[in-house]
Amino acid sequence: MQAVSQSATTGLRRSLAVAKKNAMIYYLKPPVLIFGVLFPVFMFLAFAVGRDVPRQSLAPGLIAMTILFTASSVGPMIAPWERKAKTYERLLSAPLSILQLVLGDILAGFIYGLVISLVPLLLGILILGAHIEYPLLYAAGLILSAFCFAALGALMAALPTDEPSMVMMLSNLVRIPLLFISGVFIPINQMPVWGQKLAMLSPLSYTSDLMRLALGHGSLWGGYLNFAALLFFIAVFLQAAVFFHRRGIVRVF
Amino acid sequence: MQAIQAQNLVKRYGSVLAVDDVSFSVAPGEIFGFLGPNGAGKSTTQRMLTGVIAPDAGDIQIFGYDLLRCPNPAKQLMGIVPEMANVYVDLSAWNNLMFMGELYGIGKKTRISRAARLLEQFNLLEKKDLKAKGFSKGMKQRLLICMAMMNDPQTLFLDEPTSGLDVQSTHLIRNLLREFNARGQTIFLTTHNIEEANQLCDRVAIINRGRVVAIDRPQNLKLTLQSLQSLEVAFSSPLQSMDILYSVEAVNEVKKTGDKFRLYTNQPARAILSVVDLARRHNLEILSINTLGPSLEDVFLRLTGGQEKRGAHNASC
Repeated sequence: MQAVSQSATTGLRRSLAVAKKNAMIYYLKPPVLIFGVLFPVFMFLAFAVGRDVPRQSLAPGLIAMTILFTASSVGPMIAPWERKAKTYERLLSAPLSILQLVLGDILAGFIYGLVISLVPLLLGILILGAHIEYPLLYAAGLILSAFCFAALGALMAALPTDEPSMVMMLSNLVRIPLLFISGVFIPINQMPVWGQKLAMLSPLSYTSDLMRLALGHGSLWGGYLNFAALLFFIAVFLQAAVFFHRRGIVRVF
Repeated sequence: MQAIQAQNLVKRYGSVLAVDDVSFSVAPGEIFGFLGPNGAGKSTTQRMLTGVIAPDAGDIQIFGYDLLRCPNPAKQLMGIVPEMANVYVDLSAWNNLMFMGELYGIGKKTRISRAARLLEQFNLLEKKDLKAKGFSKGMKQRLLICMAMMNDPQTLFLDEPTSGLDVQSTHLIRNLLREFNARGQTIFLTTHNIEEANQLCDRVAIINRGRVVAIDRPQNLKLTLQSLQSLEVAFSSPLQSMDILYSVEAVNEVKKTGDKFRLYTNQPARAILSVVDLARRHNLEILSINTLGPSLEDVFLRLTGGQEKRGAHNASC
């Protein structure tokens, strides 16, 4: 038992070392800043300005969209960038598993997502007049969602290429459609039935619903289901990321 | 216990058999050279030995640890300079080393003192806070080796460590590798630089088309090829035609090397007398004449099929 705990601690330390390295190198890379910070702001303005909706109701969507874009913007950069910069082989020869390596990439995206998501929250409170009805629910939703989308980012980075632009293109191909089916701009309960069914396939729907609940705008699915769905997506993305990264090594080398 | 034990390694890429039943062992404290032409399977073998890719068949043990079933304790004992690897150019030299230290679970105090010592040894201490982006190729290579040594490895794997470097960096790296080895640590050197292998290695393995074709001490390998003994002759004036050298008795092959001629023979004494006689007959003055054993390059070319190419080249001279 003690050995297992020690091994887990060692593994986590190594993942944190990878995350720290990622933070130092990738947080300020232009694609991360453009797609992780500027893009969600412009998308939001494009859909919010001029629409006849209560200002407070825009905040949950803005926050959900920001978590998606920020948390998933770092991961897709890392593996292809490292393959191109020829630093990837060294990582693979270090005493850490693919799971620990992927976890390090996820943690970098997760922390970035958490920190940057404070900006729309402050904007929501100061400009849109939003207030957090259930702070603990908000915090838990934010944490789970940021981890889930960071895992999605790490999964997309498994594409065996050394061109970061290829992965960024793929990630936008996945993320942008999610905005339109996940209740970001229109609450899910106001969507048509087929739209509501489609929304259930998107992890962003559960974040969006959780944010509405936490900010006092009601919920379609309730807290428990939203948390369970996000945990399910985390498990799927993490497993898939590890599987495809491992498979990608064979193709790269 | 062997430092490295590779048994029956096989690696396929689709229908291409990149590594075909490769076995060898490296003793602790040995400098082992792994030589081969491009595409022979050197880097694939090193990637299997360092746990980057898994072999399709075979076993690898590093100081008794099974690399395939229990990789982390084995990897903890290795320092690695992969082929065409790079440092993190967006990090300073210092942060590159700190990252490696953290990755190998080295305590903070040890990490700091070891990084400072390595940077000093490799003449990089003054540049420690500069981003590696501005480093020359030689400086980056030195930093790469520092990174590989951060965990104080028992075995150092290097893939072409001095390729494309200036003379000073090459000299510094070779000396530091010798120092590292003098402390009892093992070096696995993958290279196609035969002279480097000849200078550094206790033993070499030659791999060709995925198969190990020879493993021995460089001197023993040279002795196995008595037919590649040669005379190196320099005349005071250029020859009108190289063809006259083929009339020298017991000479199998003639090669022009700069302003000298190399005459391959398995009877050097007889060939010397014949060359002297030839010089007298053609009014040539001999400036120097030396007998040479086969070089490691000769052995390499013979074992990897390069001899035929050299013969063809000579015929056109």
